[in-house]
Amino acid sequence: MTAAATMGAADWLQLFLYYLSLSLLAVGGAIATAPEMHRFLVERQAWLTDPQFNASIAIAQAAPGPNVLFIALLGWNVGINAGGPGLAGWLLGALGMALCMLGVMLPSSLLTWTATRWGHRNRERRGVRAFKQGMAPVVIGLLLATAWVLARAHGVPATDWPLWLLTAATTLLVWRTRLHLLWMLGAGAALGALGWV
Amino acid sequence: MTQNPTAAQRAQPRNPADLFWSFTWLALQGFGGVLAVVQRELVERKRWMTNEEFVEDWAVAQIMPGPNVVNLSIMIGDRYFGLRGALAALAGMLLFPLLLVLTLAVLYAEFSSHPAVAGALRGMGAVAAGLIAGVGIKLFASIKNHPLGRPLCALLAALTVVAMAGLRLPLFWVLPVLGGAACLLTWRKLAP
Repeated sequence: MTAAATMGAADWLQLFLYYLSLSLLAVGGAIATAPEMHRFLVERQAWLTDPQFNASIAIAQAAPGPNVLFIALLGWNVGINAGGPGLAGWLLGALGMALCMLGVMLPSSLLTWTATRWGHRNRERRGVRAFKQGMAPVVIGLLLATAWVLARAHGVPATDWPLWLLTAATTLLVWRTRLHLLWMLGAGAALGALGWV
Repeated sequence: MTQNPTAAQRAQPRNPADLFWSFTWLALQGFGGVLAVVQRELVERKRWMTNEEFVEDWAVAQIMPGPNVVNLSIMIGDRYFGLRGALAALAGMLLFPLLLVLTLAVLYAEFSSHPAVAGALRGMGAVAAGLIAGVGIKLFASIKNHPLGRPLCALLAALTVVAMAGLRLPLFWVLPVLGGAACLLTWRKLAP
């Protein structure tokens, strides 16, 4: 079942404007704004179904590349819903994808580009140095917190210990060796496919 | 770059096309997030930047609104070839992963029903958590000359982990409060 049958030019414009306005609010990564997108796309406009929304995030997380691509998939599915099966759906899917990605990236990218140019010209200023160096420990803490949140999804260590062991072994390998990351990911995939973890 | 004494011995991308393919290659390795791969490829393999510079860039990319990895690509690309470099790095980061993700979305129905595929994804998820943890430890080990000193840096990092992963506070509060405090302390140490 599709969520929305038709989308006029005004709807596409609204989609684009929505992502433009969301761009500057996306502090702390795109995935942090996912609940807001759910409210707008699924609950308010009914342009997407709930399973489509969840699958878009799951696929973007599982695939290589930046997680922000889940926004591209959301736009793609909005277009598929509007165009139906076949060529029309694919064309509108491409349109929805382009509008969402351009909208969410344009304002923030222009701001980042301008700000980092200014920061680079003034990199010897005490304020700029204090900002960049001072943030370092907090940013490292954020990384470790992300790793912890990802690992916590494994479940309880008592029963799901192979997954925790795999995470711990990977941590050690990355820290202590120069083994290529793809070997580790491949090993993880193989162990998972065989049902060992 | 000229003020930096180590810049002379450092490698650089040859042209925007080199940037594009480097970012494409690292994006396609980035399961569960690209950050760990950026550190491994750009710092350890290509030596375009040091660990300290990487942490500083990542901090800025994180604080600016918008997708972090998009911001990071723009910053690194712009440093070498201006706007052309920024666009080349950004296109590299997004183009092929986008095509791949679309293919996966189209094939999704078949993919999700396979137990082996679900298991492989679970295993890769566990590895992805370890990749990020390993990079975090490595980066922490690299900030030797920080103005605040090791113990205070460790405390700030630990407080961030507790606030985010333990108390699950929103980043919107954690970043200004802990980050602001860290910057202020650093500012006081950096006597003019």
